[in-house]
Amino acid sequence: MTDVNALLADFAEKEASPPVRGYWSSVANRLRYDYVTLFFLAVILLIVLISVFAPLLAPFDPTKSSMAYRMKPVGFRNFVLGTDELGRDMLSRLLWGGRTSLLMGLVPVALATFIGGILGVLAGFLGGWVNTAIMRTMDIFYAFPSVLLAVAISGTLGGGTKNGMVALTLVFIPSLCRVAESATTQVRGLDFVEAARASGASTLSIVQHHILGNVLGPVFIFASSLISVSILLGSGLSFLGLGVEPPTPDWGLMLSTLRSAIYVQPLVCALPGVAIFITSLSFNLVSDGLRQAMDVKA
Amino acid sequence: MNATAPASAAITEQIDERDRGGKRQPMLIADKLKKYFPIRSGVLQRQVGEVKAVDEVSFAVLKGETLGIVGESGCGKSTLARLLMHLIPKDSGDLIFDGDPVGGVRGITLRELRRNMQMVFQDSYSSLNPRLPVQDSIAYGPRVHGMDYKDARKLAADLLDKVGLRAAMFGARYPHELSGGQKQRVNIARALALNPRMLILDEAVSALDKSVEAQVLNLLAHLKREFNLTYLFISHDLNVVQYISDRVLVMYLGQVVEIGPVDDIYNAPRHPYSRALLESRLSMDPAQRVIEPPISGDPPNPINPPSGCRFRTRCAFAEDICASSTPLLGAVSTQNHFVACHMASAGSGHSKAGLAH
Amino acid sequence: MPLDAAVMERPVKATVKAQPLVDVRDLSVKFVSRESTNSAVNGVTFDLMAGEVLCIIGESGSGKSVTMRALMKLLPPNRTKISGHMRVGAHDITKMSESDMRAIRGSQISMIFQEPMTALDPVYTIGDQIAETVMRHEHCSRAEATARALELLQLVRVPSPERRLKAYPHELSGGLRQRAMIAVALSCKPDLLLADEPTTALDATVQIQVLVLLRKLQQELGMAMIFVTHDLGVAAQIADKVAVMYAGRIVEYGRVSDVLMHPQHPYTLGMLASTVHGNMRGQEIEAIPGSPPDLRRPIQGCSFTPRCKFAVKDCLQASPPVVQLDNGQYAACIRAGKGAMPAAPQA
Ligand SMILES: Nc1ncnc2c1ncn2[C@@H]1O[C@H](COP(=O)(O)OP(=O)(O)OP(=O)(O)O)[C@@H](O)[C@H]1O
Ligand SMILES: Nc1ncnc2c1ncn2[C@@H]1O[C@H](COP(=O)(O)OP(=O)(O)OP(=O)(O)O)[C@@H](O)[C@H]1O
Ligand code: SF4
Ligand SMILES: [Mg+2]
Ligand SMILES: [Mg+2]
Repeated sequence: MTDVNALLADFAEKEASPPVRGYWSSVANRLRYDYVTLFFLAVILLIVLISVFAPLLAPFDPTKSSMAYRMKPVGFRNFVLGTDELGRDMLSRLLWGGRTSLLMGLVPVALATFIGGILGVLAGFLGGWVNTAIMRTMDIFYAFPSVLLAVAISGTLGGGTKNGMVALTLVFIPSLCRVAESATTQVRGLDFVEAARASGASTLSIVQHHILGNVLGPVFIFASSLISVSILLGSGLSFLGLGVEPPTPDWGLMLSTLRSAIYVQPLVCALPGVAIFITSLSFNLVSDGLRQAMDVKA
Repeated sequence: MNATAPASAAITEQIDERDRGGKRQPMLIADKLKKYFPIRSGVLQRQVGEVKAVDEVSFAVLKGETLGIVGESGCGKSTLARLLMHLIPKDSGDLIFDGDPVGGVRGITLRELRRNMQMVFQDSYSSLNPRLPVQDSIAYGPRVHGMDYKDARKLAADLLDKVGLRAAMFGARYPHELSGGQKQRVNIARALALNPRMLILDEAVSALDKSVEAQVLNLLAHLKREFNLTYLFISHDLNVVQYISDRVLVMYLGQVVEIGPVDDIYNAPRHPYSRALLESRLSMDPAQRVIEPPISGDPPNPINPPSGCRFRTRCAFAEDICASSTPLLGAVSTQNHFVACHMASAGSGHSKAGLAH
Repeated sequence: MPLDAAVMERPVKATVKAQPLVDVRDLSVKFVSRESTNSAVNGVTFDLMAGEVLCIIGESGSGKSVTMRALMKLLPPNRTKISGHMRVGAHDITKMSESDMRAIRGSQISMIFQEPMTALDPVYTIGDQIAETVMRHEHCSRAEATARALELLQLVRVPSPERRLKAYPHELSGGLRQRAMIAVALSCKPDLLLADEPTTALDATVQIQVLVLLRKLQQELGMAMIFVTHDLGVAAQIADKVAVMYAGRIVEYGRVSDVLMHPQHPYTLGMLASTVHGNMRGQEIEAIPGSPPDLRRPIQGCSFTPRCKFAVKDCLQASPPVVQLDNGQYAACIRAGKGAMPAAPQA
């Protein structure tokens, strides 16, 4: 009979040991099979690398103008992507412009995630009048369309890259705060938080060990979906003459200044738009893929 | 293998150095606990009414016993458990733990109470933090109370072994990698991590399959002996409560309607509601089917409970007196058996008052 | 309490006695995803006569709900692989198109769920929802349908039904909601009612009311019912036949009294032994050790082997044969029918 018992023990052992895997590694595992997301993640990486190494990659000085070579078509002599209305090399300007556009996409979202996240977790966890005070204030900002708000704020602050970023940060805080607040409120009511309270833990410790880990996911997903919005809004601000100021290369600004030449060199004029489109689309799709991968049933 | 001590030996035989009040001092006394939840509505959030979730509930839990609490959904069992754990503030009433009032100047602090009394929640997706390995979930409580990380993890590993999960294999897992029964074992281990003297088990086995429920019930009986525990066992499963309890408390709409030794209540329930509840149990024998339901209707809304006896709207014996005056908990024939029904108190004015059932 | 016969009067279908109403042969359901294949149902075979109640009992994850959904063709078609044959009345469910299915769902086969709140639409009144179903299948006027709705609420013994017609689902208690669900399900006099744990969320005192009501209605309307539960007591209360499921297979089938009083499969025996009742006070409960197998891995031999106290080497070799007894009971275990199984504990 011993061989039966050995067989059964072996059986039970195999049965009882599925691979032990943490939440984040199971998310990574799901992403591994999501080829669309992986592809666009690679695109984003490429854009980031290009922007970082723009000084090395750009064949010309992006701000050096030349009256002789204005509005040349794609492939004109050394100008692989043509030149703009002041005769500056389009390729160099696009490479450099990626830097400003990515900054405009990432910095406001990161800042807003930090500030909005803290406010939201506070509001959600403390509840009561703190919640009312924070959330009603957010509602006031939330009532305005984000474009209008961005324009209004950066109009008040004046142009410039920095002011543009501040304006965008302020625009994103309310929505991030809301996401953090609703996630926190939901987690706060769960039994494991009650159990932590029942063990005599302090509020700070509970937030640190039990709330943050569970709130970070949804906030992170939402923030990643805002990056493309931020790039577009940043470009929009530059386009309107707010935000980035000439001659700094920026996709939005380039689109705006090339507007008048649309009938002369349509292909060249469309390039900054294409760059914006590809970048924001990539961020959008990656954020979508992340959301799906992180939607693991606990 | 005697799982539960007989009621007469509810006083523990072992000597426990944590004991302060002496063997005869009940572990926990709840005196007139009350919790009304306000109901607000409209833009101004004006209070339009209140849910009388727990209404002047008094009882004692003896050292080393298991007190079962039964009652229908919404009768206030979980609210009572949360009040005892101070997870929600009470409106009024007192708690005395092993002779010491809780919270008063001379009594024990909330922190001390929570060291001594822990709670096991109904197993569900929400009872364990999905982002923490279970060993860390167990170690969290001791760390809050100042144990260093290494010792706390060592303790957690020991406790996992105690509840029948090999720490080496299960400690690093996340809750979604465990089955319902395994999660509930982790919940129990977490509750034991502070070395408490009393456990409140709120529907601790209700979500489990029968075969797993049996495993966990055996485990609870074993742990009770090993750690010299006192249980407050809340459930709506009457068979489980009968199996595990020494005494039983029956709740209806936020009030205690009957309390007494398990055999007295199950063999000779005195309150019409207890009787109906017990008759609603299903037999495992297809030849003994219930043809007529023992009671009709649903429990009324606790927002506006009926006047007088709250059970009178469903009670077959209700008379005028039941609507006009509230029956109080009074002793019946056997010692330690109390019931709140006009029929049980002689001279109450009910036509059946004082008649033996 | 005699039923209002006129309400539910219907032509008695001339079913040939020998022909079962429901015939399921070798049903298998697999959920396919990129990471794994979950064999939720593995070769389920049973039949059911008109007017009979079959209880499917089993633990969580044993495939009870999936079997019911397969019968209603409610499983997501792109992620599930279904094989085997299913017939209900004259309909070959396996071959039916979605639009044909829609015509018989609610009229010939209805279903009631565990949580009525999710199955009832919160924005319509109870009366409207019942009337809607009646109108869709019987093409009658709204007035007629509303009149039917009232009759149906009376049929399921909802107190003051006129008032309840105009109530929204959230205004009703759990028991009344479940009754409203039953009224919707019965509105077109189905031949077959599928009930997926309809009383699990209810209190004991309300559960018994609903069970007694369902049994009465089923008998008076002569409809067949498949009732899913994990509570043996519920099965004892309502079933004619019982099918015990484990890991996607029916391991034991037979008349309710035979299965519950003389179980042939060790799993059924284990379930009975581990069901707590008061007489066991002070004793250790004989629990089934371990937990059910992971259906994402292939199972060799009998799926209950790792937890079975009677297991021998042969159990792991091949799927156990289905042993049929004289009384129509059968069990998928190599020991079935050989006696020597200890008697079930009496409740
Ligand atoms: N935080 C709350 N706010 C308002 N009402 C509440 C709150 N918690 C509970 N209630 C109400 O108090 C009553 C008692 O609820 P409780 O959860 O204690 O019941 P229970 O006996 O545990 O029921 P169950 O068996 O369903 O768990 C219910 O009517 C419930 O709706
Ligand atoms: N839509 C689905 N997609 C993938 N897997 C599913 C799906 N529905 C059910 N399953 C899986 O099929 C198996 C059987 O599930 P099923 O719902 O039939 O169990 P059950 O017997 O009804 O259990 P319970 O008593 O918990 O309701 C489970 O492993 C479940 O995870
Ligand atoms: S007091 Fe009256 S209504 Fe209440 S249980 Fe007793 S007889 Fe029934
Ligand atoms: Mg509860
Ligand atoms: Mg199910």
